[in-house]
Amino acid sequence: MCATCGCNSHDVLIGGKRPVRGIGAISFRKVQTPPDKTKHEHPPADTTTRVIQVERDLLARNDTFAEANRRLLNERGVFALNLVSSPGSGKTTLLVKSIAMLQGKLPLAVIEGDQQTENDAARIRAAGAPAIQINTGRGCHLDAQMTGQAMTQLDLADDSLLLIENVGNLVCPAAFDLGEAHKVVILSVTEGEDKPLKYPDMFRAADLMLLNKCDLLPYLEFDAELAITYAHRINPQLKVMRISAVSGEGMDEWLNWIEAGSRKAIAAK
Amino acid sequence: MHEMSLAESVLQIIEESAQAQNFQRVRTVVLEIGRLSSVEPDAMRFCFDSVMRDTLADGAELQIIETPGTGRCLSCGTEVEMLEKYGLCPYCDSPHLQITAGNLMRVKDLVVE
Ligand SMILES: Nc1nc2c(ncn2[C@@H]2O[C@H](COP(=O)(O)OP(=O)(O)O)[C@@H](O)[C@H]2O)c(=O)[nH]1
Ligand SMILES: [Mg+2]
Ligand SMILES: [Zn+2]
Repeated sequence: MCATCGCNSHDVLIGGKRPVRGIGAISFRKVQTPPDKTKHEHPPADTTTRVIQVERDLLARNDTFAEANRRLLNERGVFALNLVSSPGSGKTTLLVKSIAMLQGKLPLAVIEGDQQTENDAARIRAAGAPAIQINTGRGCHLDAQMTGQAMTQLDLADDSLLLIENVGNLVCPAAFDLGEAHKVVILSVTEGEDKPLKYPDMFRAADLMLLNKCDLLPYLEFDAELAITYAHRINPQLKVMRISAVSGEGMDEWLNWIEAGSRKAIAAK
Repeated sequence: MHEMSLAESVLQIIEESAQAQNFQRVRTVVLEIGRLSSVEPDAMRFCFDSVMRDTLADGAELQIIETPGTGRCLSCGTEVEMLEKYGLCPYCDSPHLQITAGNLMRVKDLVVE
């Protein structure tokens, strides 16, 4: 919960640099003169107040940026996926494996989201793909504006694949559209089967669930069928694949799904 | 969930309205929070106070209107009241419920001077 993790956008870094905040960017501007508390608590009788009808949605700002990203991605035939999970479910490992297996088949780039460090972007670059790291600081999710700025810096190729690794968090990223074609939620078998019930928003927002670390199933009590039943209780349409980013099990199905999506994105340009 | 960044969106909407409508101080902020929006009114109050500090809405009163959740069962077509975002249709036990109201959060009105 951001109320406890202090989610906000103060110290965001994109590619190690402080991002430009354009017109209408999230601002933390303080008023010039601090308000006079005494005056506020005891307003003079002649103060005129009026009611302003605002009627504006709180997520509308993010949605505007997300739509701009989506338009750009669509125009260029870029198939974008937003990978979400708890920390440690295997997002970066999966990306590294996918990059190796897609080598020479589909050009791709990666946006890495973490609160701190360039480590994951470095792992992606070592695997042979261009990557940009967004450090959200205390922020617990990527938003569409920072994603758009990272997209610009990445210099995306037409007809390519964009993989976005969101900040490890099953709560907040569910509410923030980045302009992606699909959210892909990764659940690993070292977590609880009931995670879909505990974090329903994320499993509802996703179109595909990857059940990762299936190579460990023989050593664990984890009931894969039960986890999938719970996920379908939250989202009956959710597509599910059992994979292991380490042994490679199920990777073909996942990469075929990506390649089919990419072909569709290119055809729809 | 993420009440802190939502409170920041509230501030942003207030600042944009202040420019468009020419006001300097905000006395009251009326927020509409849908019952199914996953926002905790108490967490929102807490974040609201800290985000508004030293801004044109410092000390403003926060009024929260909680709007009820409704949905339609895609299996049997019945309109149902939804107390939670996920559940089974009370008439046919189907999990295919489509939310029709109560999942939005918005700034409704401001009382300004
Ligand atoms: N056994 C096994 N371990 C995995 C698998 N995928 C990731 N891991 C391990 O899980 C840990 C966290 O992985 P990482 O990719 O950093 O997770 P992230 O936080 O979601 O990016 C690492 O020690 C990985 O080696 C898998 O499929 N099987
Ligand atoms: Mg990672
Ligand atoms: Zn029904």
